[in-house]
Amino acid sequence: METEENKPEKENSERRNFLKSGLAVAGLALAGAGLGKAFSNKEGGATGEKVKLLTTDGKLVEVDSANIKMDSHHCGNSNNAEARKGIPGKKFVMVIDLSRCKHALKCQDSCQKHHNLEEKGKYLKVFKMQDSELTSPYWMPKPCLHCDHPPCVKVCPVDATFKRDDGIVLIDNERCIGCRFCMAACPYSSRTFNWEEPKMPTEIAGICYSPETSVPRRKGTVEKCDFCPDMLKVGKLPHCVSACPNGVFYFGDLNEDTVTNGDETLRFSTLMKDKAGYRYLEGLGTEPSLYYLPAASRLFPFKDAEKKEENPPENH
Amino acid sequence: MENSIRGHEAQRIIKELNVELLPKKFGALGKTWVVLLLIVIANGLFFYCQQLRQGLCITGLGDYVSWGIYISNFVFFVAASLVGSLITAILYLLNVKWRAPLTRISEVIAVAAIMFAGLIIIVDMGRPDRIHHLFMYGRIQSPILWDIIVITTYMTISILLLYFPLLPGIAFCRDNLTNIPKWQKKMYRVLSLGWRGTKDQFAIIKKSVTILSVLIIPVALSIHTVTSWLFATTFRPGWDSTNFGAYFVSGAFMLGAAAVVAGMFVFWKFYEGYNKYITENHFDRMGKLLVLLSLVYLYFTINEYLVPGYKMKQIEADHLQSLFVGHYAPMFWAVQIFGMIIPIIALLFKRFRKPAPMFVIALMVIVAAWFKRFLIVIPTMLHPFLPMQEVPVEMQHYMPTFPELSITLSSLAAALLVITIFVRYFPILSIWEIAEEKGIETEEMEVKGE
Repeated sequence: METEENKPEKENSERRNFLKSGLAVAGLALAGAGLGKAFSNKEGGATGEKVKLLTTDGKLVEVDSANIKMDSHHCGNSNNAEARKGIPGKKFVMVIDLSRCKHALKCQDSCQKHHNLEEKGKYLKVFKMQDSELTSPYWMPKPCLHCDHPPCVKVCPVDATFKRDDGIVLIDNERCIGCRFCMAACPYSSRTFNWEEPKMPTEIAGICYSPETSVPRRKGTVEKCDFCPDMLKVGKLPHCVSACPNGVFYFGDLNEDTVTNGDETLRFSTLMKDKAGYRYLEGLGTEPSLYYLPAASRLFPFKDAEKKEENPPENH
Repeated sequence: MENSIRGHEAQRIIKELNVELLPKKFGALGKTWVVLLLIVIANGLFFYCQQLRQGLCITGLGDYVSWGIYISNFVFFVAASLVGSLITAILYLLNVKWRAPLTRISEVIAVAAIMFAGLIIIVDMGRPDRIHHLFMYGRIQSPILWDIIVITTYMTISILLLYFPLLPGIAFCRDNLTNIPKWQKKMYRVLSLGWRGTKDQFAIIKKSVTILSVLIIPVALSIHTVTSWLFATTFRPGWDSTNFGAYFVSGAFMLGAAAVVAGMFVFWKFYEGYNKYITENHFDRMGKLLVLLSLVYLYFTINEYLVPGYKMKQIEADHLQSLFVGHYAPMFWAVQIFGMIIPIIALLFKRFRKPAPMFVIALMVIVAAWFKRFLIVIPTMLHPFLPMQEVPVEMQHYMPTFPELSITLSSLAAALLVITIFVRYFPILSIWEIAEEKGIETEEMEVKGE
């Protein structure tokens, strides 16, 4: 179900034609839209068959070497229909241990970099929280909560944002009409909007789009944290999880009852029991896939860092 | 029709009505008005083209206040359009006689308002080029789809309710307006659908109007209720209210009645001879109606603010404080005082239910109603559950930009232009309904000759 928006740049289609002819010789029937994506995925090694077939063809690598750089974020090797289904058998969950966060912001830096984000539209924010006057302040990293009853998905008039079987809530920016009802509906302010033409490196702007990578970003559409499904697909952790130096983020699969922060792998249920896990604003009934561990017995004293708050980036 | 007028006397009255109420060319004042509107529209169009090129960054919107005056203006338009159903349908079904000269004014306001409600919402879209996605991928779970369905239905019924009773008027223009350009003659000929004013034809019109009047009431209530649900279906403070549907509908009736009063005044004042049909008596009655509607709205407004204000739940409290004593307090209290308290008190006295004071009060109500919608939409967006952090300062508050204001103003001007053009080419007072009210049988209105 490709929309008219899926019009890659000229070079892209040239590349596609080239690939097509090459593959036709090899007698391979591949969907046209899949090719560009598969090509850009060569570096990641990746899983899909299409990728392997293409990498065996030496010439392909030479066609558009500029595109090699773009692949820190794997161009999803799935089409839109697959991206909407999710990874079979999985139910992803994230746990954030507030007692370990010292506002290093490595999670955010990594997220910004890999999603090619600008300063003003952050997928992952680290809030300075203080629940009441006499309680102590703490840092609270907050990506999208990937709710099981997502209010954003409920209100979307065109099914541009959707809930997958593996629990991830994604946005298809080729379908989004930019009404921003989801932004009004989300109680966690998790969504940002491309108010103007997003600034991206040209090689990123030209690549194929998949809801699983959220790039290339598009003017007039909504975006948000995607739990990095392209990484999950190849068995890796989301960027924020692997970037955190203090192991604040645990990520895993509820079906397996396992979560890991890269260093240690734990039973999700045990972690919840031992550390009194909870969900933010449970009372709203949105059933988030994101759990917090309270900021008790902290690893670091709370230090109010003014970093980045001081000089807000210039904006329109 | 107890004492019906027939024969020569009836013919004389009809003739007089017709001649007096034929649409006329604009004078200097009318022309200036049109030029003024066109300038405002052109200015808005210029900025809309800029918005199409650059994106919504030319507005004051941001990731926190992601809905601004485009949306509050949309709510304003939907509200204004409700009046058509009030004057035309409700008063018609209640058999209120004095409504006859007011029906078309209210119906044309309704049609113009609902048209631009539909257009302004496209202006708010980030991707207007994908509007067809609503039909390709529409999901009925989304209140936006409900809104599209009821608004298009309401627009259709409103246009029919304007058009059917207009047929005799168009036919009369066709038969009696000489010295007009060819296209205008042709337009009347096509639009009059071969109207001859026979008994049967009048019977059809009356029957259709009755059916449409019954149909339009639930649809009218729906358009504004569903529009309120765009907000009430979210968790946000100030919107998370079960009172919202009734609150919006009552506010809309009040705004609509004021809009009709303003329209009445223009014709009463600037159109020679019209004050024979729109009389001070009409202003008096509309004044009383406006008080009644304002009291109903006052009731729902008190519900809306007093109940959460009593509890002061943390998140609601922050929002209410910004309205009552905080950043938005001057606007909030000005809206309540000029848009509700003063109109209610003043209109209780007969001396204020005269045309000129009524016009001033109506304008106050209309302007206050526009700002009231602003106060419903924007302050809520500035009170999210999580603190507003890690965004540029500009995104932590909201001030509409000049381009945004220009586009919004141009939509208001365009709605007024639609009404103005209508008045230029069609009789704004329903001749046959007024004649009927005077006791003339419809047989007398059959087109003679040819």
